[in-house]
Amino acid sequence: MSQRQIIQVFEQYQKSRFQFVQTVADLALRPQNIEILQNAGVMSLLRPLMLDVVPSIQQTAALALGRLADHSDDLAEAVVKEDILPQLVQSLASQNRFYKKAAAFVLRSVAKHSPELSQAVVACGGVDALVLCLEEFDPGVKEAAAWALGYIARHNASLSQSVVDAGAVPLLVLCLLEPEMALKRIAASTLSDISKHTPELSQTVVDVGAIAHLAQMILNPDAKLKRQVFSALSQISKHSVSLAEMVIEADIFPAAVACLKDPDDYVRKNVTTLMREVVKHTPELSQVIVNCGGMAAVIDYLGECRGNLRLPGIMMLGYVAAHSENLAMAVILSKGVPQLALCLSEEHEHHIKAATAWSIGQIGHHTPEHAKAVATSDLLTKLLELYMDASSSEDLQAKSKKALKSILQKCTYLPGLEPLLYDVPSNILKYVVCQFSKVLPNDSKARRLFVTSGGLKKVQEIDAEPGSSLQEHINAINSCFPEEIVRYYSPGYSEVLLERLENYQPA
Amino acid sequence: MAELLKIKSEVEEFKKEYFYRNSQAEENRQREYQAANRIQSWFRASKVRAYLSHLHKKAIIIQRIWRGFTARARFRQMVKAAYFIMKMNFYEEMAVRIQKRWRGFFVRKYIHNYYARKSYLEGLSRKNELVRMELAELEELQKRERDCVEMVKEQTAKVYQAHRLHHLLSTKQCPGVFNSPFRPAPHEMELLLRQVKYQAPARLDPRGRACLMGMLGPTDHSFPGTLGSPWIKTTGTCSSKPILPPISSKKQQGLLREPGEVWEQRMLCPDLTLRLQTSYTHLEEAQNQLRHKYIRLPTGKLGTGSMLHHLSHSSNSFTQPAYAKSFR
Repeated sequence: MSQRQIIQVFEQYQKSRFQFVQTVADLALRPQNIEILQNAGVMSLLRPLMLDVVPSIQQTAALALGRLADHSDDLAEAVVKEDILPQLVQSLASQNRFYKKAAAFVLRSVAKHSPELSQAVVACGGVDALVLCLEEFDPGVKEAAAWALGYIARHNASLSQSVVDAGAVPLLVLCLLEPEMALKRIAASTLSDISKHTPELSQTVVDVGAIAHLAQMILNPDAKLKRQVFSALSQISKHSVSLAEMVIEADIFPAAVACLKDPDDYVRKNVTTLMREVVKHTPELSQVIVNCGGMAAVIDYLGECRGNLRLPGIMMLGYVAAHSENLAMAVILSKGVPQLALCLSEEHEHHIKAATAWSIGQIGHHTPEHAKAVATSDLLTKLLELYMDASSSEDLQAKSKKALKSILQKCTYLPGLEPLLYDVPSNILKYVVCQFSKVLPNDSKARRLFVTSGGLKKVQEIDAEPGSSLQEHINAINSCFPEEIVRYYSPGYSEVLLERLENYQPA
Repeated sequence: MAELLKIKSEVEEFKKEYFYRNSQAEENRQREYQAANRIQSWFRASKVRAYLSHLHKKAIIIQRIWRGFTARARFRQMVKAAYFIMKMNFYEEMAVRIQKRWRGFFVRKYIHNYYARKSYLEGLSRKNELVRMELAELEELQKRERDCVEMVKEQTAKVYQAHRLHHLLSTKQCPGVFNSPFRPAPHEMELLLRQVKYQAPARLDPRGRACLMGMLGPTDHSFPGTLGSPWIKTTGTCSSKPILPPISSKKQQGLLREPGEVWEQRMLCPDLTLRLQTSYTHLEEAQNQLRHKYIRLPTGKLGTGSMLHHLSHSSNSFTQPAYAKSFR
């Protein structure tokens, strides 16, 4: 055979290999093909192709592998078991940028499924190789490497620590400064994943000066970037007071409030999460946010969104109100209580309702003014309903009971308390009656109202053990009224009168 | 003689008398002794009693005087102490009054300042109103911008469609699809078609070249030598004609920036220039200096090393592009 014909054989083989790899890569895009491919033993076929002579076949094989591992964690585990990772990592150092992108993609799809797989990636030196990739010029390679590091760091603190130990953080901050939007997004998301676990990791991220750069990107028009930036800032600030103060010192606050009107839902949710994380530490930080009008913006935001998106906003209101009665009054003035009442009635998820009940309790428990504000929005009956409802989860019942108790102990608004005399368990009833016994001796109009609205009648009907505090309160109430009235309203008085009538002999 | 007899008889009597008196004295002696004893003892006792009572009286006088003295001193002290206590009570009461007023004032003015709280809450409501208004305006603005962008996109899409469908323009002979004779007025598409200026389509070659480059991309710079040319031949579809760049595009060549960018950089960082921070002849001057220095201290090793060190300082100004990007 002539030389040309022999070379043609090789050409043919190469063409068919390339076609195979290309087709597998395209098929791997659809989830329904994955099972079939797996059963056909695609892993063991792709593995030698990754060591192929022709670079394009290597790259396409890596791409196909990455897509396969992306879809299911059995395949990802198979990638780990077949020892493909060490050779990927080795070739990461030496090959061209397309291969690096594909290899980083494979590492990312393996690492995303579970901490054990990420640990396997770390164990074969993947993190160091990825950090080397972060120093490349090509933005696509940097993006793929940063994404992979982000998925590794997401699972738990020790994996994040290994990412940080490999020196990824300064390089990630440099990536934040690059002009490519996708790279910025991924870098911000990776910083967020790293700093979410422990305060030390957040401190490492802050020490590199990430906060200033993240703060600059707050008003960027790209919505996904803003999501990640706010998520990163909230993960940093959630750990300790000093970190939260550093985030505030970067002057994000009046500007970030504008992002609460962003059309993207998750940007708004992340801004609210950031506010919540900052606010929960100290009253001074809450004061900063309240003073720049953040409260009003969050309350409007609560009015506009639905479902789980409301949760950070509700918790933020609760944390602000919990610090001091000034701040709680600020929440009330910003029309927070009607909004929370709406949330309570519209939402069906128990954890959101529990958070709302907790926030209401934090607002109402400071002084009688606050309790009155809560009672006028008819929230006491709603809280009672939630407590009594058998289908509420335990957490919801516990929180609504606690909120109800703490508000009742300060409530002196009698028209709000009256509905609570009817159909109420005795442990709540004793607080209600206690409040009545405190207010009635001093206020004659209230006494009149109490009698005419049927409250006195109800109190007489209450059955309490003698000597219990409930009985004492009832006695205290009864002593505010003349004997005849008390006797008139006591149960069974009509029978007593009729009996007297029967025994009466006209003279 | 008679006298003698008388004396002799008297002697007998005398003797008798003497004996009688002696015996009487003897008898009385005891009694008198005891009586004398008694008298003496009584007298001595009286003497002693007188002395003792004298002593007692004097002692009483001394004690009286002394006790009076100490009691008066103590009393004076007590009076002083009582006076002091009275004064202190008075002062304390007055201090309590002052502190009461001061604390009430201080707490009401600085700690639980009702008016400050009221004005704070009022200010807060005003700020909230303001923020709500501003946010509403911002939202409105953003929405308008987005709507604008949408509209512009729609319009360009329509114009593009009109470009593609230029052949549906109605002619004098034959009314087009969008200009049906049964309509009262032509369709907007028809009007667009009339407005759009016909442009000859750009040549397909640049697009073909683009797809060729795309395919070549992954197989960048590492062709195995033996399979070089046949590989290109089998994948390239239109590689026969020589492809020239289009004439009419006005793309700038090279690293030139827009004038606006350069101006911005100059405004933002005025000390960023392309000129050297050091003078043009810095190198020669430095070399001369070193030569003068090394004439004095002949150590050969330091020569080139430190010169390079000096030289590297002057090359700072050339690392601008990296910083320039971050200033944008």
